[in-house]
Formats: sequence, C-alpha cells, structure tokens
Amino acid sequence: MSIKEIEEEIISEFEIFGDEWEGKYEHLIDLGKSLTKIDEKNKTEENIIKGCQSRVWLNSEFKDGKIFFTAESDAIITKGMVALMIRVFNGQKAKDIVEAKLEFIDEIGLTEHLSPTRANGLVSMINRMKYDALNLTK
Amino acid sequence: MIDSKHIREQFPILKKWVNNKPLVYFDNGATTQKPQMVIDSIVKYYSEQNANIHRGVHTLSREATELFEASRTTVASFINARPEEIIFTAGTTDSINLVANGLTIAKGSEIIVSQMEHHSNILPWQLWCERNEGKLVILPITKDGSLKIEELEGKITKNTALIALTQVSNTLGVINPVKEIIKKVKKINSEILILIDGAQSVPHMSVDMKELDCDFFVFSGHKMYAPTGSGVLFVKENLINTLKQSRTGGGTIKTVSFEKTEYVDGPLRFEAGTPNIEAVIGLAKACEFMNLVGIKNISDHEHLLLEHAQKELSAISEVEIYANHLNKAAVISFNVKGQHPFDVGTLLDKYGIAVRTGHHCTQPLMSYYGIQGTVRASFGVYNTKEEVDIFVEALKKSIKLLN
Repeated sequence: MSIKEIEEEIISEFEIFGDEWEGKYEHLIDLGKSLTKIDEKNKTEENIIKGCQSRVWLNSEFKDGKIFFTAESDAIITKGMVALMIRVFNGQKAKDIVEAKLEFIDEIGLTEHLSPTRANGLVSMINRMKYDALNLTK
Repeated sequence: MIDSKHIREQFPILKKWVNNKPLVYFDNGATTQKPQMVIDSIVKYYSEQNANIHRGVHTLSREATELFEASRTTVASFINARPEEIIFTAGTTDSINLVANGLTIAKGSEIIVSQMEHHSNILPWQLWCERNEGKLVILPITKDGSLKIEELEGKITKNTALIALTQVSNTLGVINPVKEIIKKVKKINSEILILIDGAQSVPHMSVDMKELDCDFFVFSGHKMYAPTGSGVLFVKENLINTLKQSRTGGGTIKTVSFEKTEYVDGPLRFEAGTPNIEAVIGLAKACEFMNLVGIKNISDHEHLLLEHAQKELSAISEVEIYANHLNKAAVISFNVKGQHPFDVGTLLDKYGIAVRTGHHCTQPLMSYYGIQGTVRASFGVYNTKEEVDIFVEALKKSIKLLN
C-alpha cells in the first residue's frame, strides 16, 4: 500500500470514535502496546531522538530499495504515535517518505501533538524518519 | 478563611475552558495566574504613567520614579527588609547569577548546595567553582525529602564560603527548616554566607528577613501572582556594597569619565539600564493582593488542599507520592506505577487539568530517586477542594485508560 492509502486506512479506523477523545487515546495506547519491540542492540545513544520528554529510540534500515523502521519509547502515548508513524512509513521508498505530508494526523484529531511545545516530540520523530530515509539512500 | 468565589472572580483566566473542560490550573509552581489588580496596574502604567525612571526632571518621569521606588518599599516590607536591601532583578535565576558573579570570596572556596536544589541554584555555583578552582559540596537528603541536617556540620570546612539552600523544594514541596540551619551555620562560622532560594516559599508562606538572618534571599514575581520578569535579590545591608556588579551601565553611577567611574551605593548599582518598570509595579501590587487576602489565610487554604489531595491520592494503589507527609507547601509530586509521567500529564490535560511533568529542573533529585520525572500538582490561592476532586477523578480515569 502507498503512504496515502495507509493514511486513509488509519483515518477510517479512527472515524468510529468521532469527537470522543478517550476512545482515540485508548486506541493509540493499544497501538503503542502492540508495537514490535526494537532489537536491544539498536537502543543506542545515536538512535535516541532528541526533543522528547520521554525517551524514543528509532532504528532505520535500507533494504531492497525500501526503508524499514523499528522504534521504542518508555511512554505509551509516544509509543502509540511511533507505531502510527512506522505503520505509515515502513517499507516505503525514501522519496515518498520525504515527500509525505501526513495529513492524517490532523484528520484523526492528533494535531495538538504536532505543536513544537509538545514534549513527546512527534515533530522530531517525523523529522528524524525523513532525515534517515534521505541519508540511507544517498 | 478564603472566600474562593470572591478570589476566583479576580482571576480572569480561570474562566477559560481547555479541551472543552473548565480549566483546572495546578501548575502554580511553574507560574501563577494574575489577579485583575495586577493586570490593571500594568494597563494603568502604560495608559497613564509611563516614563523612564531615575532620569528626567519632568513630572511624568518623577511620578514613575516615585511609583518604582514605592514598589521597592512595598516589596521590602512584604519580607520585612529595608528598601536599601532590595535589588530588582528579572527573577530568581537572575538573582542567583548576580550573587554568584559578584561574590568576593577566595579562589578555591567550597560552596554547599543540597541534593534537592533547582538547577538555577546549582549551575551558577558549579560555574563559579569551575572558574575559581572551587568545590561544590552536596548536602544529602533522605527518602522522605528531608535534608540530612545532621551531616551539615561535617560538610563545613575552613574553605566553606557559602551555603545555598532552597526554603521549599520546587519538586517535592518539602519545607526546609532554613531558620534553624542558618542559626547553626552562623554559630559554627559567622563568616559563611548563606543564600536562601525563596522562589517556592514566598508565594505560600510569610517570610521575614530579620527573623531568618540570611545574607541573600531570592525569589520571583511570576510565581506569586506578579508579572513575568520581576524578581528580587535581598542582600543584607552590610553586604550590598561588597558585592561586585556583573552588569553595569546607565543608572548605576555618580560620575563617569574614561579614566575613572564612581558608582552609587546600594541597589541601584545593580540595576543597570532601564528596568522592567511595569513588572516591578505589578510585583508591588501582587504583594498588596497577598496582604489583602492574608498570607496566613493563603497558607491555611493551600494546606487544606494539600491534605485533601494527599489523602485522596494515597488511596489510589497505583500512585506513589514523593515526600509523602504534610510538612510541605502546596506541592504534591507523584508517579503512577509503571506509567511515564508524560502519559499521565497528557491525559490529565485532555481532562482540562494543567500539571507539570518531567524532571522539574531538578535532575540530581531525580537521580537520587532513580526516576526520569514525576507528575507535579501545585496549588495556588484560587484553587478549590472541588478542583482537587475533579483532578483525582481525572487521574483515576487516566490510570484506567493507560492500563
């Protein structure tokens, strides 16, 4: 599936909650809990994303022309965010990752996490994923 | 007794809703909201009184100067000091830096701080030590957040020049017996200088410079209902002329020539440049506000909130409170077992509750407890028991969501 198609899928998944934030967050927390564990050897200092109140490790790999991510966080909501981002970006081409506008974040009502003051660093997370995608394919 | 309805009416921001819920503001340790009389004083200043101070002969400048100097008197009397002992600064951090950069103590001196200090009461001293071959000595604490006062005497050597301690821990809320400590230290060696960080005490309790007998006392306006950018450095009068200036410029001098400059004595020597005039006027208004409500009333009211919150939170099995006793100002710091403070804070925000999460600029204290951070609820005069109940309910719901 393309990034856009996965975004659409996530939007429809969140649609059932309507304006009810508790459901959305419960879902986000569940996504966080189901996030595939990062390999312990990849929990390195370089893989820590700066700018988060919680610790986030992100490991990026380039395989068969595509980018693959694994990640981990000690905060569960942050982990939910990472899980969403990985779902959108995993196995995509670097160019598509870099160009993705990620409008789904607004659509599912999590825009507040994009504000630069938010300590979970969703912005830093996205920037790092795009940066890694670009760097790995240079 | 506090008439909460009457108090709350004076704070326009408390009518605000966040995330479709009425705002419950429990981040007073970070900054307090401002009462109408403080806000009005700023508007009035710019509408009717604005002029530069200590300069002009014209009426407006003279009146602005009088207002500024009257504020100094108000603030001095608020902490039972003399106006000549009050230096206006940008805040607590600014005040501590001013002392650290202006000290005339010997190279290689030792400075004692405690394990629970705010970074602002560690870093200026650490920097001083780095630059002057000094040594930073740490006074440890116990698990319940008390200073190990019995170890203090052993930490003092012939090289100890200064002890910097907070009166109330910003993270734990614990009230330190600074008066006894000062007495003890001065008995051991009256030459040792003592700086007390009052940033978290002045908003909650009455402080008295004559009674405390410290050499330096620092606090911020914005944590006590005054505007941001107002702060105070109290310096005992016999010391004020021994402190070197770290900043200089307009308003600090008697005469200037390229060969030699003669500075004025007293606080003005440290207030170079045009100060934050309206913030200082607002600070005096905030002192008036606190006096009108009654500082004892504020303390008593906030203590009831603390007691209630602590009782309710203790009843939640997943909650772990740090410094779980009541010798505290209106601060309660906790974690939910197995959960990151960021998650708890994020969900509480969705319920309209503003708390602080993280290390609270006290990383050495976090290391002591072996944690990344805490959730901190801190109360102010306008908070109510009902708000504590809303908070507790929201916390219970958040825990449920997280599990």
